[in-house]
Amino acid sequence: MKVYMDHGAGKPVDPRVLEAMTPYFTEHYGNPASFHGEGFDALKAVNRARGQVASLIGAEASEIVFTASATEANNLGIGGATRRYKKKGNRIVLSAIEHISSLNVGKELYREGFEIKYAPVDIEGVVDLGELESLVNDKTVLVSVLAANGEIGTIQPMEEAAEIAHRSDALFHTDATAAADQIDIETKNVDFMTLSSNDLYGPKGVGALYIKKGLRVKPQILGGGQERGIRSGSENVPGIVGMGAAAELASVEMDAEGKRLSLLRDTLIKGVTESIKESYLNGHPTLRLPNNANIRFSYIEGEALILSLDQLGVKVSSGSACTAKTLEPSHVLRAMGLKHEEAHGSLVYTLGKINNKEHIEYVIQQMPEVVGRLRAMSPLTPEELR
Amino acid sequence: MMYSEKVLDHFRNPRNVGEIEDADGVGSVGNPVCGDVMSIYIKVKDDKIEDIKFKTFGCGAAIATTSMTTELAKGKTLDEAMTITRQDVADELGGLPPVKMHCSNLAADALHEAIENYRGKKK
Repeated sequence: MKVYMDHGAGKPVDPRVLEAMTPYFTEHYGNPASFHGEGFDALKAVNRARGQVASLIGAEASEIVFTASATEANNLGIGGATRRYKKKGNRIVLSAIEHISSLNVGKELYREGFEIKYAPVDIEGVVDLGELESLVNDKTVLVSVLAANGEIGTIQPMEEAAEIAHRSDALFHTDATAAADQIDIETKNVDFMTLSSNDLYGPKGVGALYIKKGLRVKPQILGGGQERGIRSGSENVPGIVGMGAAAELASVEMDAEGKRLSLLRDTLIKGVTESIKESYLNGHPTLRLPNNANIRFSYIEGEALILSLDQLGVKVSSGSACTAKTLEPSHVLRAMGLKHEEAHGSLVYTLGKINNKEHIEYVIQQMPEVVGRLRAMSPLTPEELR
Repeated sequence: MMYSEKVLDHFRNPRNVGEIEDADGVGSVGNPVCGDVMSIYIKVKDDKIEDIKFKTFGCGAAIATTSMTTELAKGKTLDEAMTITRQDVADELGGLPPVKMHCSNLAADALHEAIENYRGKKK
């Protein structure tokens, strides 16, 4: 049985999305900048998609800028806004569990002379609002707290974080990549928001940045002035059409799908942690994305777990250093206060539309043997993990 | 990142897994913080490694390299076993991804430590 539970890393494109995209590869191939019928068709399609993406987050179409990824949107939203409004001050505040792209933008801004502060999270992965408030001062240009972290699934107090930023007249960015297809996200108090197409079951290679009306960012890709001059480069029309279609489907289907996934998720968490000794849920028990289960297993390492499960058809991820290019365990789990050796043994199951009850039962059934086999090989003892 | 078939084979069907209760020598390298711990147990007879077992905490490469190391060492004289290098282990496995060469390929060190542990006891 093949059970794909790595939707946080990559999702299949919804067949209805693919259907909407297809004509824009071979039939309507015009460039939205062209002054003829083909160009107008393409422009119309891009603007329709802009509206669809805007509706998903309660924004206006003119507030959406398409990018080539959520990573690019994080670069533009955090880096582009900070550079544009640097006259206000030199501090930015990021949650410690932002996506790696946001953290690396922070590092670059630091090299440019900005002061970067990281707002800590508690053991369940929730941003500490008191700490956040103490870090935001009147020299703070921008605060970024993601809507939910895709690895541990903890949903963040976004509204409260935005309020803290605004009280000091700082801008507020949120990365809604992992959250936008699962929970209601509103842009009312948000200045910048990052979205990803693939996370909505659209194609990879497309993202979007919401920019509140009246605000600006310093562009980082210069060229022919597409996307109101904010993001040059001929539009990826089929991709953008796909993201639009995916956003519309998400708006309609999110509530029912969220309920369905939450039930599957809870069954999975209960089934695995109850059948395996010394296995623990990472993250918050209830303030949690419907599709996320992150469980750690003492005495063993995540990559070995992934390889073992792959053999049985189960596809998952891990916060282990061994699966990272950097050879460092997940910064998210470390920020929550987990020890290195605890982070190494963490497994991330991210569910999606294609998963069903049988999949959950299969995984629950396979886990004890997989964990047992690796534990039998492990020299670690309880004393060493203390 | 891709592992060779041989690495996957040794990960899936590791040779010589376990502990030797009355081992003549024990070697242990790595630490849980880094994500790799390898322990090798040897039984020595007539200056040869008569039996060898291992236990490993770590990724697929860590388990496969320890398994391969025990296979290479079994039956060898202690002097021969001392010449087995990390590179030999990686070569026998058909290569390892570059990032795994350092962190997960420590089993030869554990073997050497086990031999030194045995020799130290004999003195």
